[in-house]
Amino acid sequence: MKVSLSWLRAIAPDIPDDVEAVADTLAARGAPVESIEPVAQGLDDIVVARVEAVEEHPNADRLRLCRVVAEPGEEPRQVVCGAPNVVAGGLYPFAPVGATLPGGMQIGEVKLRGERSRGMLCSAHELTLGPDESGLMTLPDGLEVGARLIDALGLADRRLDVEVTANRGDLLGHVGVAREASPGGQASLTFPAIPDSPGLDLDLVRGEREASASGATIRIEAPELCARYLGGVIRDVEVGPSPAWLQARLRSVGARPINNVVDATNYVMLETGQPLHAFDLATLADGTIVVRTPAADEERFVTLDGGERSLDPSMLLICDARAPVAIAGVMGGRDSEVTGTTTDVLLECALFDPASIRSTRRALDLSTDASYRFERGVDPEGMDTALRRACEIIRATAGGRVEPAVADCRPRPWSPETVELRVGRVSSVLGVPFTSERVTELLEPLGFGCDFVDDGSEVEAASDAEAVPEATARPESAATTDSEDPAGATLRVRVPGWRSYDVTREVDLIEEVARAHGYDAFPEELGAYRPGTVPDHPLFRLEDQVRDLLVAEGVLEAQTPAFVPAEGAEVRVLNPVSTEQDHLRRDLLPSLLGRVEHNWARGTRDVRLFEVGTSFRSGHEGEPPREEPRVAVALTGRRRPRHWSGDGACYDLWDVKALAGSLGGLVWPGGSVRPGAPDAPDLAAPEAFTLLDGEGETVGWAGRLRDDALDGPPWADPVFGVEVALPPVPAEREPVEYRPLPELPGVDRDLALVVPASLEAATLLDAIRAAAAPHLDRVSIFDQYTGEGVERGRRSLAFRLRFQSFERTLTDEDVDEAIRRVVETLERDFDVEPRG
Amino acid sequence: MSSQDDLIEELETLERDALARVEAAGGDEELEAVRIEMLGRREGRVSAVLRQLGSLPGEARPVVGAAANRVKEALQDALERRADELASTDEEETGRDLTMPGRPRWRGGRHPVQQVMDEIWEIFQGLGFTRARGPEADDEWYNFVALNTPLDHPAADEQDTLYLEEGGLLRSHTSPVQIRTMERHDPPVRIIAPGWVYRRDTYDATHTPVFLQVEGLVVDEGVTFVDFKATLAEFARRMWGPGTRIRLRPSFFPFTEPSAEVDVKRMITHTDGTRAESDWLEIMGAGMVDPAVLDNAGYDSERYTGFAFGMGPARIAMLKYGVPDLRLFFDSDVRFLEQFAGPGDHAGRPEGSGAGGGGR
Repeated sequence: MKVSLSWLRAIAPDIPDDVEAVADTLAARGAPVESIEPVAQGLDDIVVARVEAVEEHPNADRLRLCRVVAEPGEEPRQVVCGAPNVVAGGLYPFAPVGATLPGGMQIGEVKLRGERSRGMLCSAHELTLGPDESGLMTLPDGLEVGARLIDALGLADRRLDVEVTANRGDLLGHVGVAREASPGGQASLTFPAIPDSPGLDLDLVRGEREASASGATIRIEAPELCARYLGGVIRDVEVGPSPAWLQARLRSVGARPINNVVDATNYVMLETGQPLHAFDLATLADGTIVVRTPAADEERFVTLDGGERSLDPSMLLICDARAPVAIAGVMGGRDSEVTGTTTDVLLECALFDPASIRSTRRALDLSTDASYRFERGVDPEGMDTALRRACEIIRATAGGRVEPAVADCRPRPWSPETVELRVGRVSSVLGVPFTSERVTELLEPLGFGCDFVDDGSEVEAASDAEAVPEATARPESAATTDSEDPAGATLRVRVPGWRSYDVTREVDLIEEVARAHGYDAFPEELGAYRPGTVPDHPLFRLEDQVRDLLVAEGVLEAQTPAFVPAEGAEVRVLNPVSTEQDHLRRDLLPSLLGRVEHNWARGTRDVRLFEVGTSFRSGHEGEPPREEPRVAVALTGRRRPRHWSGDGACYDLWDVKALAGSLGGLVWPGGSVRPGAPDAPDLAAPEAFTLLDGEGETVGWAGRLRDDALDGPPWADPVFGVEVALPPVPAEREPVEYRPLPELPGVDRDLALVVPASLEAATLLDAIRAAAAPHLDRVSIFDQYTGEGVERGRRSLAFRLRFQSFERTLTDEDVDEAIRRVVETLERDFDVEPRG
Repeated sequence: MSSQDDLIEELETLERDALARVEAAGGDEELEAVRIEMLGRREGRVSAVLRQLGSLPGEARPVVGAAANRVKEALQDALERRADELASTDEEETGRDLTMPGRPRWRGGRHPVQQVMDEIWEIFQGLGFTRARGPEADDEWYNFVALNTPLDHPAADEQDTLYLEEGGLLRSHTSPVQIRTMERHDPPVRIIAPGWVYRRDTYDATHTPVFLQVEGLVVDEGVTFVDFKATLAEFARRMWGPGTRIRLRPSFFPFTEPSAEVDVKRMITHTDGTRAESDWLEIMGAGMVDPAVLDNAGYDSERYTGFAFGMGPARIAMLKYGVPDLRLFFDSDVRFLEQFAGPGDHAGRPEGSGAGGGGR
């Protein structure tokens, strides 16, 4: 919401002429100011000038010679002008010789097609006052020739861009902002007097579903969507440009003046927050307004911006006796708008249902100043004033007669809400003591009326009460407060109409008290607290352990967005940010591989990344998607940074197998890593492993990535990956149980066997363990050899066996015997032979 | 028959001799000769000592056995070391240059945004909080309605929500975890809830459609606005240093009331040692839990009050590390991530991974 400091101060004169201070106050009240800017910049040299006469240019068809008076009483100077709209007697902005325009252009004395030109008449565009560059900016009559333009148009003003939260529709008008910015609050507010207006009394002619007055009939057929509709009539208006003061007000907040009727409605909306719409009464069939939803055959409607809109049955329309003339609260229609030939105007001042306007606005994707305000709620108590001020302004600027009788169709009469506020509750929620006097003192400047519940006094009845007095302030009726403050006191608080949307409960008032008291005024000493009942979720701890393990392995944690293309994914986003990435990922590894490619493309050969993230899969019928926490790792390039001693070896299958083993051991105790890829990953090269949990269920895979799974440069090394699910709720780990250390020496013995290449090491290890019992402590493979001395199709494996007994020192004979058993068994069961 | 002491002395003599010969060895053959003489299975002198164990009294056997094994291992180590030395004859001639870099390892590291999340967790852990979690694919009840945000209220628009084809939505904030936690646990509640959230924002320097958030929720009897302000002030001081101040500004969130934006002002030490305060930085949205939220979660809102807050670690990471663009956090450029991978290395930094292109 853009507000003018000058406008605010016209409403509340106690607001300081210090824009920074006003901005600070608003921020502390919850309406931070995003920017402050002068209403006009670089216009110091521009003055108001009158064109006395216009003559043809002797040497050019498009140019004309103007006699311009830019100082009172001076001889007219000659200015060459190409604008089509220059007329004798008109007032225009003028840049004399020596002036600088906002864009930095310097005006010098020039000759154009042989004719001297002393200065320049300006368009709105050249002065950065609007987009119009089709002709000169026409100034309203009555301005003083020679005056500085910024003074004449009231542009020496500051504009504040105020951020308004969704609950504060009341801040979408200057009156509401002034109420927060003013030290005195509500009591300081007055509506600025309207120039040339002696005041106006309207006579509301009420009806529940239908009301008629002054040749206009209002009928509401959808009372749940429109609580009230006022139709004011002004006859014999002369549509034309607005006077200077009105244009200046609109320009000061960046609005473009259009004509006196439309400008009046916009002015009142910007002042009060109540959107108004002006219809050309002559275009309304039977002078009738019908508020209803579309008939079956009403499917399309052309709004005044020329757009053809599709209607749906839930949308609220404003119609005449025959057809729609506006989309209620959103935008008027092209055929009923006020034009230069309009003489009779019907002014709509209505109260529409916020939710209905919101859904219509969304369906049409058409947000307007009006819909924005209706969605956030306009003041039901401010309607009469808004209509009256608009009528007054139109009468003062466009002439005509205001019909005093106004049709007021009111199917759901407004009644103000009262909310009970326990003063003790205020103190117990906010943590510092408040008295009812203090609460009253804080709430009343915001327009709330406070009264004790028990004293029997009636709450102010105020169905037609004006929120803000006009011209001269009327004394506020001070609410009675008891001097003694019983701890259990309860206040009955009357909520003003402009806050009726967001203040409906006691807690809403407690917030108002805190806000008015000032958040800064609360202390910040930390008090005692009780521990909570919620256990720390064990998955966080497991994720931390996974990170620790991988970081210790030298792997870098990546974070990648969950959005991926359709391929290999199951869960689709209906309204994606990017249509190419409209799915949620099922697997993490492809995202990491994309990041490997990204690094390759930047010349980085050694890439080691991991990510802890969520996998999404389709849910069962009617169920939400299944989420699975996972970790994935991608490794490529050298196993260690290059060192002068050599050893530039790259990651290989055994690195990734070991990594999968340690991850598996951490995440799925009791599980295992088995050769062979599970079905799922088509990324895996044939050399891959499956990770199993303790029950033998597949929980992940590891291995080399297929070369065609990535798009790499010629120098890229093989890529290895792991992807493992994490248990949604990890089990408690079994505590480590101490085993006594052997006191007797163990004996190592090496054994080399030549075995068929197809005989798996795991099988041999199992057989060795079985045969070498009971004294075998551990067995490992320390060498593998093929080549000379070993026939093709076979390999030599070297095992180291450690024997250990807790009872006695093992003798050579014990060990020899065990080795003999091993060799015998293996020779019997497999095609193996000891190597010489 | 040898006594325990004799055997141990014999072992020590063997070790001394053998080590001296290993050190003096000029080639692999000499080393192999020492190995066979000392450690050979049948003739080796250490093995011979071990064979005498049988003749020792029971209590002496482990002592001598352990000594013999230690000698064996020491000899094996010395043999290997000497073999390595002999292999690099260049050094032998020039002497060792100890200024040469040590053998480096890759430095791994947590993601910078995760590091900030870790810091936040450590602080709240110290303030008695635990961690809770909830699904990322959620529904309108948990994401909006239970949080006092009617779907037809403009507030539901402000976080432009992503909906899923199979129904439901991607949570637009971590606040649904508030409801889910209160549904399952009785008060007092004192949790933070870190997690990913999703919004229909296009990527730019300060927006991404998915980002980490951390929610906080405290509910108990007698929790006040002062507790709320004090807890966040304490968090800010622990996060940004003792001189840090916070400022609460009134704001609006449907699920808190009163609501506040929380700004912090840090103390900055300039390079010349002078200290100054930073500008106010907006770091979180927060407020007292709206009674409607407590009611929706089945708590008695007359009896219990609480506060809640939410912040984005990525934004804090931007401020903390001076990262100008959020998209850098998703790029996973190794050169970027390595900047956050722990302290430097005095013994020869690993070469940057970035320098390796084409070196095959």
